[in-house]
Amino acid sequence: MKLHEYQSKQLFSRYGIPIPQGEVASTPEEARQAAEKIGRKVAIKAQVLVGGRGKAGGIRLARDAAEAEKVAADILAMKIKGLPVRKVLVDEALEIAKELYLGVVIDRAQGKPVMMASSEGGVDIEEVARRSPEKIFKIAIDPLLGLKPYQARELAFCIGLEKEHLRPFSSIALGLYKCFVENDASLAEINPLVVTSEGKLIAADAKVVIDDNALYRHPDLAQMRDVDEETPAEREARSFGISYVQLDGEIGCMVNGAGLAMATMDVIKLYGGNPANFLDIGGGAKAEQVAAALRIILSDPKVKAVLINIFGGITRCDEVARGILTALEEVKPKVPFVVRLVGTNEDEGRRLLAEANMVTATSLIEAAQKVVELAKT
Amino acid sequence: MSILVNKHTRLLVQGITGREGRFHTRKMLEYGTNVVAGVTPGRGGEWVEGVPVFDTVKEAIKATEPNTSIIYVPAPFAPDAIYEAADAGIPLIVCITEGIPVQEMIKVKNYLKEKGVRLIGPNCPGVITPGEAKVGIMPGHIHIPGPVGVVSRSGTLTYEVVNALTRRGLGQSTAVGIGGDPVIGTDFIEILSMFEEDPQTEAVVLIGEIGGRDEERAAEFIASEMTKPVVAFVAGRTAPPGKRMGHAGAIIEGGTGTAQEKIAAFEAVGVKVASHPEEVSEIIEEVL
Repeated sequence: MKLHEYQSKQLFSRYGIPIPQGEVASTPEEARQAAEKIGRKVAIKAQVLVGGRGKAGGIRLARDAAEAEKVAADILAMKIKGLPVRKVLVDEALEIAKELYLGVVIDRAQGKPVMMASSEGGVDIEEVARRSPEKIFKIAIDPLLGLKPYQARELAFCIGLEKEHLRPFSSIALGLYKCFVENDASLAEINPLVVTSEGKLIAADAKVVIDDNALYRHPDLAQMRDVDEETPAEREARSFGISYVQLDGEIGCMVNGAGLAMATMDVIKLYGGNPANFLDIGGGAKAEQVAAALRIILSDPKVKAVLINIFGGITRCDEVARGILTALEEVKPKVPFVVRLVGTNEDEGRRLLAEANMVTATSLIEAAQKVVELAKT
Repeated sequence: MSILVNKHTRLLVQGITGREGRFHTRKMLEYGTNVVAGVTPGRGGEWVEGVPVFDTVKEAIKATEPNTSIIYVPAPFAPDAIYEAADAGIPLIVCITEGIPVQEMIKVKNYLKEKGVRLIGPNCPGVITPGEAKVGIMPGHIHIPGPVGVVSRSGTLTYEVVNALTRRGLGQSTAVGIGGDPVIGTDFIEILSMFEEDPQTEAVVLIGEIGGRDEERAAEFIASEMTKPVVAFVAGRTAPPGKRMGHAGAIIEGGTGTAQEKIAAFEAVGVKVASHPEEVSEIIEEVL
């Protein structure tokens, strides 16, 4: 789960990381009041959960409160990559001498957190990694020991910080790591970490991603979820424990298992169709789960046909077939379906579905060919 | 021969009195796995499917000498179950549980490394050596013994591929699900090197998916260390960036972890990559 910049900054400040004076605003009026309080030049920043806000015109400066109100009105009327801007952050504008990068991520291969720092802040770190990888310095952290102060100092020396910045930088790095661990983040990033013309270090931007698997032990963070992060269908799926990702195609997919669901999408594409979604109904495939999944898939008006691909495994296919039939009874879809069932009692399962006039298939390829054909008509 | 589990496996089931634990204990017993004990704290003295239940792993070891443990404990308690098994001296732990926070897993992984304990998973279907032992939740009947090693980050997709192999009469030496989480106990390379050493295995199927760089590292390993043929399949060619595709580890982040990169990495070292799951068995038939 991604946090907004303003939420991430609130978290950071709890760990002693200096952030600009600022307030979040939902209306131009609130933005004006926030700018009045700050009393000098401000930055108005769109709070949306996509990258590239700056390029899209979602970050602008305002000299005074009146201008802040105007700029905020413009930004609050924007959509950035399809997402409406519902909030802006009004921050004091910083006098920038230097922009650094500091972040912590989980290194999957090492199975350790890695802290990264660079003197090239303010731009996409992946961009720096491509262009000049030698400018990114990394330190692997033993998760059983945590980040040690000497490691933070090492990073500071690597990126060429002045002596007087050593102490504040280390304190920020240690705070960031603590924030990362205590909030079960999978990413905590300050980009840029600004050195102001007065020589202060301040987190001008903030990005935190929380591990979804850990939200059960952070109810406070779970409440920060932005409804705009997901489509309504994705939200409904989550409430049923179904993994669903909406895509742009015309063929709805219902599959058990994440890997098989991805493979099913790929095979649809291979045979000339386009998947409308990723959907993993999980184990079992009970009727109510299948019904919920069908409703979610069919809530997408682009869907012209649906492919159900179930590898029965330990679950019996006749049970799955009955579940599908009960669900269809309830949902009454208007688009054609192709069902492919494999596993225990597959013949019985297929017979049940064929009796109900459903198109069945034995192989994934056959199913994909049939559904692509049906979606065309 | 085989890898990880075989007819000498003496299995301990942690979380045996839960719904999943109970159900799969029965399935593993039906398959012929030697399940010697179960553990659920506070339920010592009970029996599940004819298997004695103990309060602690230590007691179970003393009474029944298991050499492998499988964990069906819910995510909030699974790391504790792994530590208990490792500290009691179990050398091989298979963790089925999905949903363990990654910050817990990195601690587990680093601790087990120091102890020299092998963990398969979490968030995996387990390990099966057909005809000898099933330590997991996979449907046993689709497997037959044979020369093909299978290693995968997925569950049902693996069953799909195994099913296709079996229908062609291509049996499996061992099939290992290493798990769909970003941080897992054992990666592709470690399993590949076991298959390379295993005399029964003549060819290997590797089933990868989007996210991370484990497939890329596997490709390098295959190029430099493996003599046996490897056939790969990578799921997620149509997956969009930035979205988690079911598995916690299946996400394209910062432009890396795409299926296209992984396929290119395999093809660059001469590993054949199937375009759909069934094709894996066709290519295996050709290379054997």
